[in-house]
Amino acid sequence: MNIVVCVKQVPDTESPRKLKSDDNTLDRGAADGVINELDEYAIEEALLLKEAHGGEVTVLTMGPEKATDSIRKALAMGADKAVHLVDDALAGSDALGTSYAIQQVLGRIGFDLVICGSESTDARTGMLPAMLAERLGVPQLTLSSKVEIDGSTIRVQRLTDYGYDKVEAALPAVVSVVEKINEPRYPSFKGIMAAKKKPVETLSAADAGIEADKVGLAGAASEVVDATEAPPRAKGQIVTDEGDGGVKIAEFLASKKFI
Amino acid sequence: MAEVLVLVDHVDGEVKKVTLELLTAARRLGEPAAVWVGPGLEGAKEKLAEYGAAKIYVAADEELTSYVVAPKVELLAQLVADKSPAGVLVAATGEGKEIAGRLAVKLDSGVLTDVVDVAEGFVGEHSIFGGAIIAHAKVKRGTPIVAVRPNAIAAEPAPAAAAEEQVSVTLSDAAKSAKIVERVVQEKGERPDLTEAAVVVSGGRGVGSAENFKIIEDLADALGGAVGASRAATDAGWYPHQFQVGQTGKTVSPQLYIAVGISGAIQHRAGMQTSKTIVAINKDPDAPIFELVDFGVVGDLFQVAPQLTEEINKRK
Ligand SMILES: Cc1cc2nc3c(=O)[nH]c(=O)nc-3n(C[C@H](O)[C@H](O)[C@H](O)COP(=O)(O)OP(=O)(O)OC[C@H]3O[C@@H](n4cnc5c(N)ncnc54)[C@H](O)[C@@H]3O)c2cc1C
Repeated sequence: MNIVVCVKQVPDTESPRKLKSDDNTLDRGAADGVINELDEYAIEEALLLKEAHGGEVTVLTMGPEKATDSIRKALAMGADKAVHLVDDALAGSDALGTSYAIQQVLGRIGFDLVICGSESTDARTGMLPAMLAERLGVPQLTLSSKVEIDGSTIRVQRLTDYGYDKVEAALPAVVSVVEKINEPRYPSFKGIMAAKKKPVETLSAADAGIEADKVGLAGAASEVVDATEAPPRAKGQIVTDEGDGGVKIAEFLASKKFI
Repeated sequence: MAEVLVLVDHVDGEVKKVTLELLTAARRLGEPAAVWVGPGLEGAKEKLAEYGAAKIYVAADEELTSYVVAPKVELLAQLVADKSPAGVLVAATGEGKEIAGRLAVKLDSGVLTDVVDVAEGFVGEHSIFGGAIIAHAKVKRGTPIVAVRPNAIAAEPAPAAAAEEQVSVTLSDAAKSAKIVERVVQEKGERPDLTEAAVVVSGGRGVGSAENFKIIEDLADALGGAVGASRAATDAGWYPHQFQVGQTGKTVSPQLYIAVGISGAIQHRAGMQTSKTIVAINKDPDAPIFELVDFGVVGDLFQVAPQLTEEINKRK
């Protein structure tokens, strides 16, 4: 089974995040890059499926040069190889452009199963996996908390507002995972060493057959018109409990008409 | 005035509050036309009328709800083609965002997700990086598609005709490829939905055990609120995952948020920072949650929270 895991490098949520003043896109230079946490669950699920059913796990990343850090980590966890789509023309792509670009690469490298994290911690749109399914015309098995494969049939539990749906489809398919699906492994020393020798193919937009006017800021179908720092919250009142802390809160709530 | 399509979010005919918020927002942008998918409209029609649905497009065919997301997208795409609406509003829930995304691909239209407000011209307001930045965005191409965060816009009634029109769509094979074979509805109890609640009381690692979550539940019940939890608490198995608030859990925006035994890590803040009023109980005076609060008590939650519950109940 040919499994492709889509991995994104994102700014570390612990470091301050900024927008660039000139075009209001994320200033990726300002923050340290780490693998999008939910993508680690996607990698883990791919590795578990490979261990159970055989096959190969390919990591696919679209992002700047330095996203190689995340690729190495994914390879160290156990993925077999990687494809890195890197091109200045892609910078500033919105979800439409990004899903188009990834579709083009997937079309080239082929897949039985695409696994993504259900959203990224920076953009948080939660749309990309569904958009990929739409573009590829394959089943959308997103927000999955459990994945099972049986021959060419795939079954997932899809988290919903009311509980979950049991969903069934035939491969190939696009899956997105939520964090409760598994516990991602840490790369072992052996894994880290082995990762250095694993193949990483670098593709430009042209290599992948991506039409430049459909991606990047210029190709985006939406734009940020302004961005400002939120006014800091007015400093609240903080009291130390002296046996009446609960009563004090009740008084505050009453003053605000909550009770 | 052009129509604005509002996809109704409902579970078996029970309309989610966010739908009324969407109808309210839609009135600023054009004439709200609700899109109802599946059975159960009878019991809900009045509510949609009360909140301003001039029209209701009804697609009751069971096929539309038998597969993941794609059928709703094909229905909306067809309505956009037939009715040329000014735009489409959906709820920014997990599924709502997916619908918005797929529809954007189908129509090659711009899409804004998780907006906390939407103004004339479909300019969306985003609260990003855990509320640190407010950004406005607009669509440059196609029919604007906007997914609006639940509980961010106040719903206001404005009665309208709610004229029904039956619609149907012939689904493509691709739309029927991910079949829902079973729906598992988890007991949600008497409390309001986390993302809809006016009051949310959340417990964190400080709560210490599943049994102790009773303290959080009692406080929530005294306020008629929902219960939330930090990831530390859900990871420990003290409270079910679907109640997690934060970056990888639910985003909530209630009138009142009470954080009990929660430190206020950035990933937690990302899910609650737009709450209107924030209260915290934490024994550590340096806990980052205190940077956000309107009112905070440094103290032991096992003393303070039950006392608060008792005091609220006394004042009723
Ligand atoms: C990518 C990523 C995504 C994440 N997503 C989320 C998310 O969606 N939601 C989320 O919540 N977290 C998330 N986290 C985890 C987050 O970083 C924190 O680890 C988590 O929020 C901590 O939970 P907590 O505040 O309950 O626990 P802690 O940080 O351990 O805080 C416990 C607090 O309880 C206080 N306390 C202890 N005992 C008492 C007592 N008796 N009385 C009063 N106070 C007491 C302590 O002083 C402390 O401040 C994520 C992390 C990552 C890396």
